[in-house]
Amino acid sequence: MSIKLEHLNYVYSQGTAYEKKALNDICLEILHGEFIGIIGHTGSGKSTLIQHLNGLIRATDGKLYYNGENIYQEGYDMRKLRSEVGLVFQYPEHQLFEIDVLTDVCFGPRNQGLPPEACKERALEALRLVGLKEKYYQSSPFELSGGQKRRVAIAGVLAMRPKVLVLDEPTAGLDPRGRDDILDQIAFLHKESDMTVILVSHSMEDIARYADRLIVMNRGTVMYHDEPKKVFEHYQELEKVGLAAPQVTYIMHDLARRGISVRTDVTTVVEAADEIMRALEKAE
Amino acid sequence: MDMVQTENLVFEYEKRDEEGNVIGASRAIDRVDIDVKEGQFIAILGHNGSGKSTLAKHINAILLPSEGAMWVNGRNTSDPGELWNVRQSAGMVFQNPDNQIIGTVVEEDVGFGPENLGVPTDEIWQRVEESLKAVGMIEYRHHSPNKLSGGQKQRVAIAGVVAMEPKCIVLDEPTAMLDPVGRKEVLKTVQKLRQQKQVTVILITHYMEEVVDADKIYVMDHGHVVMEGTPREIFSRVDELKSYRLDVPQATLLADELKKRGLKIRDGILRKEELVEALCQSN
Repeated sequence: MSIKLEHLNYVYSQGTAYEKKALNDICLEILHGEFIGIIGHTGSGKSTLIQHLNGLIRATDGKLYYNGENIYQEGYDMRKLRSEVGLVFQYPEHQLFEIDVLTDVCFGPRNQGLPPEACKERALEALRLVGLKEKYYQSSPFELSGGQKRRVAIAGVLAMRPKVLVLDEPTAGLDPRGRDDILDQIAFLHKESDMTVILVSHSMEDIARYADRLIVMNRGTVMYHDEPKKVFEHYQELEKVGLAAPQVTYIMHDLARRGISVRTDVTTVVEAADEIMRALEKAE
Repeated sequence: MDMVQTENLVFEYEKRDEEGNVIGASRAIDRVDIDVKEGQFIAILGHNGSGKSTLAKHINAILLPSEGAMWVNGRNTSDPGELWNVRQSAGMVFQNPDNQIIGTVVEEDVGFGPENLGVPTDEIWQRVEESLKAVGMIEYRHHSPNKLSGGQKQRVAIAGVVAMEPKCIVLDEPTAMLDPVGRKEVLKTVQKLRQQKQVTVILITHYMEEVVDADKIYVMDHGHVVMEGTPREIFSRVDELKSYRLDVPQATLLADELKKRGLKIRDGILRKEELVEALCQSN
């Protein structure tokens, strides 16, 4: 699996007074099995970008290759693309609609044309993967808590067994534990099933903990595309475009400024603790 | 003076069967007593479904107690004659800015509240101008709200509440949908309002960093208030917080990790500045 974007442009309401360039000359390559984080200020083009990945939005111009094939060429099988690139929207629980959890999760595979038994098997597998307790399978999705509903919605996409899982702010509005649970589960899926994961988030701390590589969007262009450590070194530039570095990165910079010789390319709490101990022990 | 006070507050959602008959009730709030003084900054934490938003909706009488009572600025919210006084005393800001903005021009949106209160036109414009200045959005007064960033929209929503001159503002996860700078903008605005207008602020959030300056934190679980205290008191009880699905600020977490590795560092660190200071001294 690979996704390649070549000089992709997208213009909203082209030809009207409200014309707006949402994506500007995007060139990117996402490889099989990567865990990619996408960050950017509100309105930077993140959501527009990810909706291109499964063909929901068609680029105004430029090319998008999935496994080497241009998805805009005539006769390209969009249906297949959409079942291979699963998209979990913001607040996906708003899209739950069936009478019970299990039936809701079966909806995707049923649309893929699978027989009822296979649908059920896929749905059970997906619900297990997102860690929802079995006692809820027959409940109405509307009786569940916010975090549980979101798991069901993610299971609905997983049941189609996508090769690429794209999630648009999957933890917005969840409590801290709910946030960790969902992200740990996604990290587990990524590890177990070698699925490619693309995660859009406003939490720099979360992104730093999970992503191998980071795409930073700013005003419809790719500003950085690198490892999180390297991207967060540019924390001053990030602040100018509505973003930030994880809190611990700031602590490390402050310490370095005050004369404690710590590395500043640190992005997680555990790493920061190790690095501070190392620096303090060395100083003694 | 008490700004918001509850006594044994209970709220029950009725459960109905398909014919619409009541078949039972579930308690979203169970005998809650809170007490907020004028000018305080109060935070309410709790996991999804713990009852915090239900409690918040009682403060401006969107919901009324099933049992017990809620007073806002000395007025009982269950008294129908006080409804407008209650709503004028306490304004709400919600999570999604797009659901709260109705005007097609920023200044019209901000004027909607005072207009509904029957404020004379001249004064409406005066209040609009003042409120937009207070949230730092005056240069956008003639803009269309839908072209603003999330943080800017949320500040317009706050201005709309400020223009009604409430004594108390309740913010229910106002930063959940915002990018880091948008979050900062909104929080700074709230602090500025506290200082300039002495409004009482009640903030509900899932971001622990946002509440380190609160005068008091209430933690809710299953409709009860289960913890109550200053940020330093609350965030020193890490395991208890985790059992309620919550967390501590990153600086506190890092201080904790350092302690586990044998470093002697003082208790009660909440802010990154405090941690940096403590480490520089020990060095």
